[in-house]
Amino acid sequence: MAEQSITSKPQSLKSSYWKAISAIVWKDLVAELRSRESISAMLVFSLLVILIFNFALELDIGTRRTVTAGVLWSTFAFAGTLGLNRSMAVEKERDCLDGLLLSPVDRSAIYFGKAISNLTFMLIMEVIVLPIYSVLYNINLFNPGLLLVILLGSIGYTAVGTLLASMAVQTRTRDLMLPILLFPVVLPILIAAVKASSGFLSGANINDIFPWLRLLIAYDVIFIALAFMVFDYVVEE
Amino acid sequence: MKTKPRTLIALDILALILLGVSSYLALVFAPTEATMGQVQRIFYFHVATAWVGMLGFIAAGISGIIFLVTRNLKWDRVEVASVEISLVFFFITIVLGSIWARPIWNTWWTWDPRLTTATITELIYIAYFMLRQGIEDPDRRARFGAIYTLIGSVSVPITFMSIRLYRTIHPVVIGTQSAEAQGGFNMTSDMRFAFFFALISFTIIFVDLFWNRIRLGALADKVELLKLKVMQ
Repeated sequence: MAEQSITSKPQSLKSSYWKAISAIVWKDLVAELRSRESISAMLVFSLLVILIFNFALELDIGTRRTVTAGVLWSTFAFAGTLGLNRSMAVEKERDCLDGLLLSPVDRSAIYFGKAISNLTFMLIMEVIVLPIYSVLYNINLFNPGLLLVILLGSIGYTAVGTLLASMAVQTRTRDLMLPILLFPVVLPILIAAVKASSGFLSGANINDIFPWLRLLIAYDVIFIALAFMVFDYVVEE
Repeated sequence: MKTKPRTLIALDILALILLGVSSYLALVFAPTEATMGQVQRIFYFHVATAWVGMLGFIAAGISGIIFLVTRNLKWDRVEVASVEISLVFFFITIVLGSIWARPIWNTWWTWDPRLTTATITELIYIAYFMLRQGIEDPDRRARFGAIYTLIGSVSVPITFMSIRLYRTIHPVVIGTQSAEAQGGFNMTSDMRFAFFFALISFTIIFVDLFWNRIRLGALADKVELLKLKVMQ
């Protein structure tokens, strides 16, 4: 069904750009649906991180209230690198990336396609982790504000992460490089997301949370624009 | 092979003399601060080294952009030089600051915006060199290096602003002091002289090191090229 819609009739430049993006996203989602490699690895890993935090921090009722946001975001950040690494590693295997680059589409469409599929995997992982965390620690995480923060934070994280993963995969050390490159530059996202999340969880005044949300949005916009501008240089041969 | 330019030799000597004079000014000439005592003398070099680190940081970002636009490997050498200098000088700043903070703040370290941002910048630089080490192709190495410094130079100011949304205890000696800052003071005219002298000296030391490092990079590239020629 998807193939039909991709190959149908000549289109304007703009719509062919969107078609290219959606084709890449579709390809990644179908591949993931069949193999379930990335998401299952991210999920199991994130549960293990939560387990480690449980014993490392003695998550009793008192501490839980203050550290939940921190534990959640550390979990997402660590598990996220697995997915990002995997998504570029599969393109490098059997030179799939060269195939993608040979296709007559704007290179940035490849970036946006990969970024959107990475974001989707990350959100799926988060949507599963949240209720599990809620059950394990008897804390209600179904807070629309928190979900908004998670969406904004994940957008920024994958925007930078996809760009850096496509660089890391071309180095000698490969997947070893990604967390080292990613964590220092994604720190503003983690700071703002942790602050905003714990604000929403503790029912703080919206005026206190707003600066952090604004920071998240600014980071997202800046880094999506930056990645859009420099991605050509990353994949060029 | 070209010999070292005369101007550069003169600059080397000038930089050494200035370092000596500003050490004298900071350690002997400047009056002892009333409340903090001798340890305050760290301030002159602390700010001057931070200033050099900052110059290197800005130079790295700019040369990264110029490289991506012009694709001239010369700018890659400029970028490496500025990152290296900035890495070393921020490290000196952090060490000097810690020595000062121990008696004044009663701790070696605090997660204040400036301290954290300096540390994050160091980590980005280390990641930068690890990234470069993992790439053999010089063109790709230069491209990825430039992209990463660009990302770093955008993200570091955001990090600074985001931590600044908390309160800070770092003193601001020039400009307006925040109410929570601890360890601030007002400079006398002698102190101000020693301070600005150190600032100017370190700027010249920066230019000297920068020039030497770029020249070293160019020579290293030349050696690499000659090696390839011999092996063929």
